[in-house]
Amino acid sequence: MAMPQRLPILLFALVMAAIPFVPGMPPFWIVLLDNIGLSALVAMGLVLLTGVGGLTSFGQAAFCGFGAYTTAVLTTTYGLSPWLTLPLSLLVSGIAAVVLGLVTVRLSGHYLPLGTIAWGIGLFYLFSKLEFLGRNDGISGIPPLSIGSFRMIDPGTIYFAIWIAVLIAALLTMNLLDSRTGRAIRALRRGHIAAEAFGVHAPRAKLLVFIYAAVLAGLSGWLYAHFVRAANPTPFGAQAGIEYLFVAVVGGAGYVWGGVLGAAIVVILKEVLQSYLPLIFGGSGQLETIVFGILLVTLLQLAPTGVWPWLMARLPFTPIRKRPDMSLTLPARPRAAAIPSVLLQIDHARKQFGGVIAVNDVSFDVQAREIVALIGPNGAGKSTTFNLITGVLTASSGRISVLGKAINNAPPQEIVKLGISRTFQHVKLVPDMTVLENVAIGAHLRGQSGAISSMFRLDRADEARLLAEAARQIERVGLSEQINQLAGSLSLGQQRIVEIARALCVDPILLLLDEPAAGLRHMEKQQLASLLRQLRDGGMSVLLVEHDMGFVMDLADRIVVLDFGTKIAEGTPGAIKTNPDVIKAYLGAVA
Amino acid sequence: MLFLVQDGITNGAIYALLGLALVLVFAVTRVILIPQGEFVTYGALTYASLSAGQFPGTARLALAMGIVAFGFDIYVGRKALHRRLVGRALIVNIALPAIVFALTYVLVGHPSGIAVNIALSLVIVAMIGLFLYRIAFQPIAHTSVLVLLIASVGCHLAMQGFGLLFFGAEGQRGPALSNAAFTLGPLRFTGQSIAVYVITVAFIVGLWLFFGFTLTGKALRATAVNRLGARLVGIRTTLAGQLAFLMAALIGAVSGILIVPITTLYYDTGFLIGLKGFVAAIIGGLVSYPLTAVAALVVGIVEAFSSFYASDFKEVIVFTLILPVLVLRSLAQPAVEEEKD
Repeated sequence: MAMPQRLPILLFALVMAAIPFVPGMPPFWIVLLDNIGLSALVAMGLVLLTGVGGLTSFGQAAFCGFGAYTTAVLTTTYGLSPWLTLPLSLLVSGIAAVVLGLVTVRLSGHYLPLGTIAWGIGLFYLFSKLEFLGRNDGISGIPPLSIGSFRMIDPGTIYFAIWIAVLIAALLTMNLLDSRTGRAIRALRRGHIAAEAFGVHAPRAKLLVFIYAAVLAGLSGWLYAHFVRAANPTPFGAQAGIEYLFVAVVGGAGYVWGGVLGAAIVVILKEVLQSYLPLIFGGSGQLETIVFGILLVTLLQLAPTGVWPWLMARLPFTPIRKRPDMSLTLPARPRAAAIPSVLLQIDHARKQFGGVIAVNDVSFDVQAREIVALIGPNGAGKSTTFNLITGVLTASSGRISVLGKAINNAPPQEIVKLGISRTFQHVKLVPDMTVLENVAIGAHLRGQSGAISSMFRLDRADEARLLAEAARQIERVGLSEQINQLAGSLSLGQQRIVEIARALCVDPILLLLDEPAAGLRHMEKQQLASLLRQLRDGGMSVLLVEHDMGFVMDLADRIVVLDFGTKIAEGTPGAIKTNPDVIKAYLGAVA
Repeated sequence: MLFLVQDGITNGAIYALLGLALVLVFAVTRVILIPQGEFVTYGALTYASLSAGQFPGTARLALAMGIVAFGFDIYVGRKALHRRLVGRALIVNIALPAIVFALTYVLVGHPSGIAVNIALSLVIVAMIGLFLYRIAFQPIAHTSVLVLLIASVGCHLAMQGFGLLFFGAEGQRGPALSNAAFTLGPLRFTGQSIAVYVITVAFIVGLWLFFGFTLTGKALRATAVNRLGARLVGIRTTLAGQLAFLMAALIGAVSGILIVPITTLYYDTGFLIGLKGFVAAIIGGLVSYPLTAVAALVVGIVEAFSSFYASDFKEVIVFTLILPVLVLRSLAQPAVEEEKD
């Protein structure tokens, strides 16, 4: 059954709005729902940060603390209105996130979660020791939220404030994910090299999600302070931070609604355990933490992706995916008026890793409208040469210039702006994004919309043009059938073709292809060869690394041969076939 | 001044032991062992309970976990249940904890020597460590560091809850290993602090020898670098993981027994002590044993000084210490593409 995207959310909102008016609804349930909403807000930030962006944080509770303490101090000591402190609470959380984020998001691998544990605990102790935050006792007597004379004192009224916040946050988060910026964020989890090759500024994107998650946590903290009308350090400690991550993982860390579902499961479970376990096992001890911990480990063993995707797979709904309107066009990338004959010039490029010389003073060039093949045995330095050209690695010495201008070890984000795009030897697509979304990352630099405009859906015209361009390139490489499939479900050969479509979205002058024909069947190779010829005849140059000699000899205008990092030959396919050095490198010396 | 340094070194030595255990477990299994602190508490309080003539609940936990682990072993091996597999599972998972349980049961009530109590505590906690890996981590050993980390948090929660259940909310102290003491210049050394130094150094040297010069140690390191590769050359990676956890639990219990005569331990004290070992382990990059030991001493000394001069901000200072280190570590090894999932 197909369903419009927004209908379930509308239904959900109506149900949530109706709940407090159900006659006989126990007030205690409303309190639970309030707690679920507060926890869901933080978890939603974590979904974006951890599940989507791949940055694990145990420190979100500290950002709730920033939100709660800001409003606590400003409303009690300075008598400000709670509504005035809302933007200030968010601002303080955001600024704290910028400071911590600048340090944290640069951490790689497991240093990141450990770092967040460390500052999470540090901030907790800071909250509990500072005089103006009331030390361990905290601050009490925080005024309730009020609109005119309507004061939200009881749980049933602040309920609306909390759940309106949850719904708005969910909508904004979903809008953000379904946009140019969102694709960049979603690409981060699979490593930054592919995203950066298409102009995504990875540290900036990471900082963005970090701040976004912190602001959501700050919002939750602000609501919390006006809900319990007090703030003390306990709910902002390490334990709470761990619990928020738990909520996100239980629900499904990759899904916005997983955060809400996880909050519901965890809050209700805790309540049930706290009230029923002592009845079964007698009163002693923190039995619920034991059961809680054991359940967590069990869940990870049985359903490591969380409950939400498990649930969705069992519901008979399929989201409608609109086909992009192919009549829209993106303006072509600005080009130099007269393209000189030499597009890419490599002059004595050298790359050393410690004592190993991977690329040894290699020189060659690529002309306009030319297909050049880079061949050589395994370990000859072909992929390293690619990485030098695209800025993934910095050359130890030598000069690489594009259109006569030296690139001086510019980072990948700058190289792609020159009109050089690439594919990877080991496919770097985001497997849980569709082919269309993956390819659209290639057009990242040709869109302008930022995070804020996409959250509020002001990016739709820009977005439609990007997707139309992506769809056109997918059609060009012959994968229109698969446009809405998940990239991870395609065969390896097709994934390589998707990478080519993504590279074409840059509107490049030079295409670098790293083993494009590997994993393709004979017919597919012929189609690929004719596509590349067609691109060349359209004015593009291609530099490719390839092991399939039949494919290379048939296609290339010129061949450069590397062996042990050194160029041993260069020439037309005919000349290379008979070159004694090349034969020696591939087949060994003739005795 | 000097007594602060001495105090710092004594604490630092304990952090060093815990840091070493964390490095060991992470290097072999990629698990960031949050429950390391619980091993400390369990070791210390089991020892204190035994000394006070009480039956420790940890012996019961070990027996229960053994039975669950036995179930896991049999279930996984159900397709090919040959006699050797069942035999090993029976001996390790059922017979061993049962014997220890019975022994503890018999010995409680009789005044027995310190050595017997220590030995019993160590065996009990070591078994818990072994079974913990078998039950919680072995089934998900192939998953990402993040999933392992969250499972590790779950274990910490459960074990801390059990700690409260077994030992109650009141703190306990245990008898000292020796009451000898001597004075050197302005400093007073107790037999206990000397034991801390000696045992820490012994463990560091022992681990260094074990990993550098024995085949088993090298096999453990190989497992850490590449699980699949290690399996292909015939290393039993599950055994490596169990061994690492067993050693970590043992080290945790030893540190617990070393400090319980000096400070009062509560059921949840271990977590914070473990985290400080963590700070040291991270400074050591989770790979280097000597660096971890040095870092732990620094952590201990910083803690001693800040608790003297700015006691309110002691924890803030210790945990903030980690951030500049993490940044330096990340800058030192950038541009590594992480292949995840």
